[in-house]
Amino acid sequence: MAKSNVTLTSEFLKGLWKENPILRMVLGLCPTLAVTTSAINGLSMGLAVIFTLVMSSLIISLVRKIIPNEVRIATFIVVIATFVTVADRTIAAFYPEISKALGPFIPLIVVNCIVLARQEAFASKNPVGRAVIDALGMSFGFTLVLLVMGSFRELIGNGTVFARQIMPLSFTPWMAIALQPGAFLTLGFLIGLANWINAKGKKI
Amino acid sequence: MNKSLKLVVVLTGTALLSGLILAALNIYTAPRIELNANKVLSEAVSYVMPAKKTCDVKVINDVTFYIGKDDKGQVIGVAFVAEGDGFQSRLRILVGMDPDLTKIINIKILAQAETPGLGTKIETDPTNKTDALWFHKQFSDLPVGAAITVVKGKEADKSKLQIQAITGATITSKAVADIINTAIEKNRAIYLKKVK
Repeated sequence: MAKSNVTLTSEFLKGLWKENPILRMVLGLCPTLAVTTSAINGLSMGLAVIFTLVMSSLIISLVRKIIPNEVRIATFIVVIATFVTVADRTIAAFYPEISKALGPFIPLIVVNCIVLARQEAFASKNPVGRAVIDALGMSFGFTLVLLVMGSFRELIGNGTVFARQIMPLSFTPWMAIALQPGAFLTLGFLIGLANWINAKGKKI
Repeated sequence: MNKSLKLVVVLTGTALLSGLILAALNIYTAPRIELNANKVLSEAVSYVMPAKKTCDVKVINDVTFYIGKDDKGQVIGVAFVAEGDGFQSRLRILVGMDPDLTKIINIKILAQAETPGLGTKIETDPTNKTDALWFHKQFSDLPVGAAITVVKGKEADKSKLQIQAITGATITSKAVADIINTAIEKNRAIYLKKVK
């Protein structure tokens, strides 16, 4: 293995910051922009992606040697779609409120490029343990950004975080932040912040 | 093994396995999902007809009527689903009315995906600290001899069947009133002719 000199810890940590799927690789923006209207929506979406990505990476890594190269993408998608459907039906059965709030965005994890990209770039080329650690790191990094964006947009757009009042009642919510333009603004500033911190780190 | 045969075997195997897993999952979750949907509906029916003890379901001309009765079997109200387009989504509203379909008891928004923070206020309005349900409560106890109209910028006059629009969501507010007006008119004719 080419990357076997990389420790498992750094394999996990790279997803949180150095190769963060949203901030550094700018992948999976559709759910990022669409569901982060509140902290709970962002977190639920993140949890669904953690489940899908970890399970898919586990399976793909297990069978990586028997999948013919020509049909690898098709196989990846079938495996991913299976786990997404499992997550979607389970949420609908046990958490109908969350299922209603996230609507079509859970089924749309199937086409989330983070999930497919990790199978193609990592799980199909690495042993099981390493693939699962990578999937955990990537999906936690994704969830973290979703949680930050959801909390921020809920705080500014509605004065609450996780439906708990944070801002004083006299605060007038900036509705625009909870709407679509706010999603782009928040994401832009977050990516800018990440780039700024990185650039500063390099100078030292 | 032949190369192209291997492709077929691997893909078919994957799809078959996936189908098996999903079929098993569906057997397990489908009853629960249906239960959730029924629970939401029966809670909504109770909300729009608070006095009802039992409820009959009658389908007339493809319209489902929920007929609420008190403990003596007396009809105390009729509820039905009004459906139509809002600003950016399909709205489904449960309307509870008196037995003659002349007065609304309560309404409940069953489904909507309007603009978050604006149009979604037809369901709950977290910015209104005194009553988050103020918008759809305006329809409660409204006699509907004529059509309900929506006003904005000024006080709504309930005796003139006026409803206050939500600031920033006039189209959604109007859509709710229009959907209810149309459904009442249509369903009143069906119901009074067939049941009464």
